[in-house]
Amino acid sequence: MKKLVYMIIVLTVIGLISGGILSLVYSAMVPRINENLVKATDEAIFKVLPETKNYQQKKSGEVVYYECYDAAGAKVGLAILCAGNGYQGEIKMMVGINADLTKFTGLSVLEQVETPGLGAKIAEKSFADQFNGLAATPPIEYVKGIKPGKPNEIAAITGATISSRSVVNIINKAVEEVMNKK
Amino acid sequence: MKKGLAHEFIKGLWEESPTFRQLLGMCPTLAVTTSFINGFSMGLATTFVLVCSSTIISMIRKLIPDQVRIASYVVVIATFVTMADLFLRGVYPDISKALGPFVPLIVVNCIILGRAEAFASKNSPLPSFLDALGNGIGFTLALSVLATIRELLGNGLLGEPWVIMILPAGAFITLGLLIGFINLAKERRRKTATPACAIR
Repeated sequence: MKKLVYMIIVLTVIGLISGGILSLVYSAMVPRINENLVKATDEAIFKVLPETKNYQQKKSGEVVYYECYDAAGAKVGLAILCAGNGYQGEIKMMVGINADLTKFTGLSVLEQVETPGLGAKIAEKSFADQFNGLAATPPIEYVKGIKPGKPNEIAAITGATISSRSVVNIINKAVEEVMNKK
Repeated sequence: MKKGLAHEFIKGLWEESPTFRQLLGMCPTLAVTTSFINGFSMGLATTFVLVCSSTIISMIRKLIPDQVRIASYVVVIATFVTMADLFLRGVYPDISKALGPFVPLIVVNCIILGRAEAFASKNSPLPSFLDALGNGIGFTLALSVLATIRELLGNGLLGEPWVIMILPAGAFITLGLLIGFINLAKERRRKTATPACAIR
């Protein structure tokens, strides 16, 4: 009985001390973690809509997007946060679209766990650059093995069709959601 | 302690290297060694947790009743892992993103619980500290070597990229070959070092 009480006391004390230390570390680190998140969002928005000086966060259904304004206060377009499942896990991207919602202005992949060397190429410039000036309607399509001909087509990455298709589907879904709201 | 403090430190580097000789902690070894910086930072994070938890566990080893020792060790280890995770997320967000879920998973790295159970729970803080430091550096070295080989071959820095080296299969192949070579080298050295015995 004495031993039982002793065991409970030891575990409780260890738990309390560890909880106390962790709450201190957590409160010291939380501002920096949030700062990093904001910085990552800022950078992504700036990358897809370079003229942006100011932005406002909006929400349409499940989709979060940012209305972006330039230095003069004119609307330069929307930066849409798109997230969905890729080949191995979640892909999170920021897509820029111009103010009258006709053309994409850029793509920046925020998070992805696709196969390195294959699917992970979705984050590379050669793939992402295809979204510069891509027509926003009708929905994006992808082609394999041939050069994209139509204004709404992109070339899928060789050996990573599933990742390419996921990117296209995720973007189409998010853009549709935002457009319907408008 | 029979062999002195220096031995406790050095043994983890090579003789009892956690990765190549004890074959512990294989999960991070195989998973995060796709690039040098990932392998190296995983090694450092693990070393930090290993050194802190081994030292603390050794300090409180006489207070912990036998029946709840594993539970206590895990709480201590988890505390340091969470600290390391928060620190990486706050200060090095890129590395934290690259290592993903493998930082929180240091909790279940068997090197750490292994050293706590096999060494820190039976020895005083100074040898435990050195033992953990040696094992941690040994682990970091092993991960760095493995990651460097895979990054060089897989990204085509030496000619045509071998994508397989970056994929999980590449980790198994590289690790298997490395362990094979190390065993071969050991065997050779033992053979050349012992002929004197045969004469006596």
